[in-house]
Formats: sequence, C-alpha cells, structure tokens
Amino acid sequence: MDTWSRFLDTFFKPELIRQYLPSIAKGTFTTIEIALAIVVTGILFGLFLAVVRTFRVLPVNVLLVACVDVMRAMPPIVLVLLVYFGLPNIGINIPSFAVLWIVLSLVLAAFAEEILWAGILSVPKGQWETARSTGFGFFSTLIYIVLPQAVRLTVPPLTNRTLAITKNTALGTVIGVPEILNQATTGQSFSGNATPLMMGAIAYVVLFIPVVAFGRFLETRFRWSRV
Amino acid sequence: MEALLNQFFNFDIMARALPLVLTGLRQTLLLCLVVIPLGLAGGLLVALLSLVRLRAVRWAAIVAIDFFRAVPPLVLLIFVYSGLPFAGVRLTPLAAVALAFFLNNSSYYAEVYRAGIESVGRGQWDAARSTGLTVGQTLRSVVLPQAVRNVLPDLVSNTVEVVKLTSLASVIALPELLYSADMARSLTFNTSPIVLAAGFYLLMLWPLVRLVSRLERRIAS
Repeated sequence: MDTWSRFLDTFFKPELIRQYLPSIAKGTFTTIEIALAIVVTGILFGLFLAVVRTFRVLPVNVLLVACVDVMRAMPPIVLVLLVYFGLPNIGINIPSFAVLWIVLSLVLAAFAEEILWAGILSVPKGQWETARSTGFGFFSTLIYIVLPQAVRLTVPPLTNRTLAITKNTALGTVIGVPEILNQATTGQSFSGNATPLMMGAIAYVVLFIPVVAFGRFLETRFRWSRV
Repeated sequence: MEALLNQFFNFDIMARALPLVLTGLRQTLLLCLVVIPLGLAGGLLVALLSLVRLRAVRWAAIVAIDFFRAVPPLVLLIFVYSGLPFAGVRLTPLAAVALAFFLNNSSYYAEVYRAGIESVGRGQWDAARSTGLTVGQTLRSVVLPQAVRNVLPDLVSNTVEVVKLTSLASVIALPELLYSADMARSLTFNTSPIVLAAGFYLLMLWPLVRLVSRLERRIAS
C-alpha cells in the first residue's frame, strides 16, 4: 500500500464513514441543541446582569463583579468537573447535559455581562440626560435609547466570545454527554481507526466555520463604521 | 449546609491533597512557559503572513486562522494525541499539548496582532519607509510597538484564555493542576481538591482578569 492509500485508509475509510455517519450526525444534533440553549440562556442572563448593574447599588454590584470575575478566570472544565462530581455527593442529581448547559451558560453570561456593560458605558452620558429630560423614564431610556446603541457596539466581541464558549460543548465528552467529540472518540475506540475522529473534526468545522466567517464580517463592518 | 461544606470545603482533605496539587501547579506553570511564547511567536508570524501583498499567501493564512478557530481546542488535542498515532505519529502528552495549542493559540493571537497592525495608520508605514527604514525596521520599531499598545487588552485577555486552556491537558493525562486535583478527588471521593485547584486558577488569573477590565476602560475613555 502506498502512502496515499494508507492515509485514506487511516482517516477516510469509506465503510467506516458509512457506518459511523448516523452516530456523528446524532452527536452533531446534540451539540447544536446544547449550543443553542447555551447561547439563549447565557446572553439573556448576561443582559439581565448588565441591566442590574446600571442601578449602581454598591453591594449588589460588588458581588456581581466578583462572581463575574470568578467565572471569567476559571477554566470551564474545572467548573464542569466541580458541578458534575460535587452535586451528586450532596444529594443533587442532574443529568450531565444539564451540567454542561448550566456551567457554560453561566460562563457566557459572565462574559456577556462584561461586554454589554462596556457597551452601556460607551453610550455618552448626554444620551441619558437628554432622554430623561424629554420625559423618558429610567427603563424607557435604557430600553429605547441606551441599549440599542450599546448592543450595536458589542455585537462583534459578543459573537466571538459566544463562538469560543459554544465550542466548549466538546467538554461534554469528559462527563459523557453524547455530543460530536464523544461519538467520535467512541467510534474511534470501537473501530480502531481514526476515521470517526476525522469525521467529528469535520463536523465541527462545518458547524463553526460559518460562525467564524460571520464574526469576521461583523468585525470589518464594525471597524468601517467606527472610522 | 454541613454536607455542602464537607463536600466542597473540607480543609483536612485539602491539606492532604496539597502536595499533589502543588506538583500539578508546577506542571501547569511549566506548560504556560511553553505554550504562551509559542503562541505569541506563531501568532505574530501568521499575522504577518496574513498581511503580505501576495494574495495566495494572505488567503492561506486567513483560511488557516479560521480553520483553527472553528475547531474546539479539545478536539484538536484529542486528534493530535490519539488520532495521529494511527498515522504513525506518536507524541508524548506534552508534545501533543504543545502542538495542538500552538495551532490553536497562534490563530487567536494572529487575529489580535492583525487588528493591531491594521489599527496603525498607513501614513506611519509611508513616513517610516520614506525616511529610509527597511520593511523589517519599519515593522520592528514603528508599526509593532504601536500595534501592540493598541491591542494590549486583547493580548492579555487572550493570554488568560491560554492559561485556562492548559487545564484541557488533564484529559490526555498530563499531570497538571486539574489532573492532580481530579486524581485526589477520585482517591478521597470528595470534591474539595478540585475547589483547591480552582482556588489556584483564581489566584493566577484573577489579577489578569482585573487588569483586562482596567485596560479596556482606559482605552475606551
């Protein structure tokens, strides 16, 4: 066998591709499901935290910033293991996909809060004052005047951060969530061949390249509009 | 409450796990000394390639950056560590981590450098070149210093991510901080060693996270 066909046989074996396509597809579906759940809950909770921070109640904000900092400084896999192994021992049993979902949502919420808060700060004070003096209430000002401007500035960094955190769904494999990587490594150890792993890697690329390209597009637009 | 404290903050168990966790911490620090410089250097190289005039090179660099940003680092690591042996390339855990994270981190650092270099006005290049500086000199003493200053918060924040990333090495049994803590956890059936490891990560990274926030605010104002 020459090198090329040995390479194909190791990473792209046709019968293994056929055999493992269903399980990789199922894993892809699981990854998409969990990723979407994380994006929705993470960003909404982050927005909620950023709004809470605008009230500027000192003790609340100190606690909020401390928690956000911890979530930003901690490797997600540490949090996953902590929750996954810790909670059952104190009588709380939650399924492993829920552990992944909760932990990554909290991490995303922390980063989203920081980014959105920076966006809110970047809206000039005059915008607040003008809106309030024309009779807008605090919430109306926040919702109709400040947030629309703040959110626009934060879209590119938020997209990139969201992408980075949803990629962490691969950590699910460590606690047995049947997502892409898990299906791929299982397939690899059953077949004794790297083809399922290659299929998994390809599934990730197909899934995330559009998001990377979209983030790049947003960044160029953002830069262009800022000049 | 009692059970919770005993499960997560059992100081006896933490004290017993400390020596093991400390050897893990040393491995993590060593790992950082390997992957951070590799990423910084590789990223700069890729960033420069993504800005050259030759279109083929530029596109190749950008495709590589996007590819490695789309693949989760854990997938890359497992592919390098347990997929490549099938092709006859068998790496030690340390070499696998170094290679996988070199590919991943270089792409992220490259994007940061790129944004920085592009933020330096065209006039700086023209002025430097017209005073007789070569391309290399212009880059080294005019463009890069300004570029790095402009993206300093992103460089630091990416470095925080790189340090966090080293914890993935535990998955391929490299005995770093998280791996040793998890080993202590499975020996004691208690989660406190992981809390201890979490404390060390916090100790290392919390100052940097604060620094990023301050740098970002200073640049915004």
